[in-house]
Amino acid sequence: MAGRAPIATKSSALIAMIADEDTITGFLLAGVGNVDLRRKTNYLIVDSKTTVKAIEDAFKDFTTKEDIAIVLISQYVANMIRFLVDSYNKPIPAILEIPSKDHPYDPSHDSVLSRVKYLFSAESVASDRR
Amino acid sequence: MSGQSQRLNVVPTVTMLGAMKARLVGATRGHALLKKKSDALTMQFRQILKKIVSTKESMGEVMKTSSFALTEAKYVAGENIKHIVLENVQNASLKVRSKQENIAGVKLPKFEYFTEGETKNDLTGLARGGQQVQICRAAYVKTIEVLVELASLQTSFLTLDEAIKTTNRRVNALENVVKPRIENTITYIKGELDELEREDFFRLKKIQGYKKKAIEKQRASAKEFAEDQVAEKMSLQKGISMNAAHNMLSAAAGKDEDIIF
Repeated sequence: MAGRAPIATKSSALIAMIADEDTITGFLLAGVGNVDLRRKTNYLIVDSKTTVKAIEDAFKDFTTKEDIAIVLISQYVANMIRFLVDSYNKPIPAILEIPSKDHPYDPSHDSVLSRVKYLFSAESVASDRR
Repeated sequence: MSGQSQRLNVVPTVTMLGAMKARLVGATRGHALLKKKSDALTMQFRQILKKIVSTKESMGEVMKTSSFALTEAKYVAGENIKHIVLENVQNASLKVRSKQENIAGVKLPKFEYFTEGETKNDLTGLARGGQQVQICRAAYVKTIEVLVELASLQTSFLTLDEAIKTTNRRVNALENVVKPRIENTITYIKGELDELEREDFFRLKKIQGYKKKAIEKQRASAKEFAEDQVAEKMSLQKGISMNAAHNMLSAAAGKDEDIIF
């Protein structure tokens, strides 16, 4: 269809992360970290000194990069740049909000999950009525 | 409704009527097919919704266990393990591959992760806590597995949502705009054709009337002529032509040269 961008089938793509140090360490241990030729990493460690501007820039950077398929973002970080996350509507890369260690996961803040819940309840109500 | 009065701008002919009927058939079939597609997509959509909700819930659980495993590893191997890990990053060994899945003509992306090359962190925590580190690593790989699945579900969700919207829009457009318009055109052409037929019939009737009148006139004159003829014949048989008798009388009335006196 005309409005949708074609989905490229790539042989390999990266997983990008914006999260706190512990979460990043864990995922790096699993082997998702990547440093490219210009010494740019595919993750951003957010601590108390990280500015919102830096997070915004990283988010924009990760979502526009060609070789990134999934962006993992800690929920409390996503809350800082909620307007950006909510206005993002492309299928690829997929934005996933993950819980972090220090902040409990709140499903009502997740942009996708809230939509899913809304549709789900609406559909189950509709199917009950039928 | 404004759409009720709309019709296509066509010349009302029999050929056009045939073409319109063919178009209506095509539109009806397209509508039925699109409706089926929409139904199939909606069914898939609901399955994905259910899966997303359950996977999201399991994600919380998995993240909790992996965080706990990391804490254990940190406790055993010391706080500086994260510096070693951060320093060791070079190339990603765990990557994502995307492939397409086709559902009723809609291409859905599907991610799957794979490992490439040897893992860099094999020697991390060699001094102490190596086992805990490896357990932690396995836990995070498992987390990635869940997250990748969730990502493909979420992407499918967004793509399907859009596809369903487009399909429904098309179904509605066919049902509420295209079909009524073609139907209106067909009724218009039929009405116009009927009108033409009536006109033709009337003209034929009129011509027939004229012809009848002409024939009547001719017949009347023929009758008159025949009557005249019959009268003349009768008088001839009597010996004197009606005309001759008349002539004689008129001649007698005039001057006769033979008459001496």
